[in-house]
Amino acid sequence: MLADARLVAGKDLRIEWRSRVGIGQMVPFAVLVLVLFAFALDPDRGILTRATAGLYWVATLFAGLLAVQRAFALEAAPGVREAMRLSGLDPAAWFLGKAAAIAVQLLLLEAVLGVGVVVLYSADLQGPLLLLATCLAATVGIAAAGTLYGVLAAGLAVRDTLVPLLLLPVLAPVLLGATRASESALGNGVGDGWSWCGLLAVFAVLYTMLGMTFFGTLLEET
Amino acid sequence: MTTTPTEASPAAAPATSTASPLTRVLGALSAVGVVLVGWLGLVASPPDVVQQDSVRLIYVHVPAVTWMYVAVFLCAFASFMWLRKRTDGWDVLAASAAEIATILTGLGLVTGAVWGRPTWGVYWVWDARLTSTAILFVLLLGYQALRRYPAEPQARSRMAAVLGLLLVPNAAIVHYSVDWWRGLHQDATVSKIDVSIEGLMLFTLAVSFIVMGVVCAWLLVHRFRVGWLERRAERHHLDAALADRRADADPSAGVAVGGPR
Repeated sequence: MLADARLVAGKDLRIEWRSRVGIGQMVPFAVLVLVLFAFALDPDRGILTRATAGLYWVATLFAGLLAVQRAFALEAAPGVREAMRLSGLDPAAWFLGKAAAIAVQLLLLEAVLGVGVVVLYSADLQGPLLLLATCLAATVGIAAAGTLYGVLAAGLAVRDTLVPLLLLPVLAPVLLGATRASESALGNGVGDGWSWCGLLAVFAVLYTMLGMTFFGTLLEET
Repeated sequence: MTTTPTEASPAAAPATSTASPLTRVLGALSAVGVVLVGWLGLVASPPDVVQQDSVRLIYVHVPAVTWMYVAVFLCAFASFMWLRKRTDGWDVLAASAAEIATILTGLGLVTGAVWGRPTWGVYWVWDARLTSTAILFVLLLGYQALRRYPAEPQARSRMAAVLGLLLVPNAAIVHYSVDWWRGLHQDATVSKIDVSIEGLMLFTLAVSFIVMGVVCAWLLVHRFRVGWLERRAERHHLDAALADRRADADPSAGVAVGGPR
């Protein structure tokens, strides 16, 4: 199963690498969102520095939506879905592969955005280990839930508007947990960052399991 | 619930109403109950010493929120059963329950906000229960959006069933995380007003609770039947269109109109 998952993830990442759509549009978009936040919240009054964690994760979530939609746009061409099914891939492996490809792209994006908030918002990274664990757990959660809801709406003409509506409320706990944990890693949070990180891990495991369970059902031929 | 709409005889007399003796009784009980709750809640029961007349809103608010949970669980259960049995009945039941859950959630949020204004001074506070209910409302709206989308029926049922089943883990993890988030902020400006309720007020609340249940059951049965008839109509139109196409393709075989079912 892991070999199958690696195949799918490799395929998606290779397409992304060759087309440069993800890198060329998603990353500039997310950086642009950071700049827009600065316009909206006057950067000279210290609001940006205090709100860094929240703004960072909102930007990541929006870019994550793009990644999810892109991952399923790749397979929207006629016949691709059928060819994938004929290849005899285990649906659970298919799910893991797609989620892994999204997660890898998101992690790259988070690294760029991390540099962005240090440079633009003068964020002070005090707990690098907590920050790393938070990013990993939150990314797996976003990728798993995103893949599950992405395939759910994949065949529909309204998917571009439906996916955000379905996915964003589901990801609310990720935004909440990741923001609190990052705040405490940046030294201006209340409460224990590691317990929020634990919530993110629970979310990631839960949606990975749900995705592996339901992906096959959602791919069925009618 | 195990038959499919196609098994119903197409020659049956066209239905003019979705009522049956049972639903007429339920409907009569609902009507009488609503009037009774209106009288008990607005006239007979006394105003609260602290909250005065705004306390009367709880006779709508509390039953709505409680039955909302029941409707959400019913939707998730019906979705689960659809995934196992794949029969239209469970799908229509899930859709009907979700609609009722959506309305009750909206009703709960609106009555809560209206009650909050005189009691707390604001329509909305970022209280844990309010926030998680608002997110549940958005989740339900997403479900309705998917339901409204004109897709191939089997595919739509499948997507809706997974979405309906996911409502419970989604709502649970949202509720848990929001609870925790708000728990951190010890400086919550709004303290819950301690309502100890007794006598006629408690009786009114109990009656309104039962009446809300009866109204929901009545709506559910009718919505289920309308949904069921919609399925039959969809299939009937499809059959008629197929027959038309066949007749177009082969004019000599005009007698075959109505074709094999």
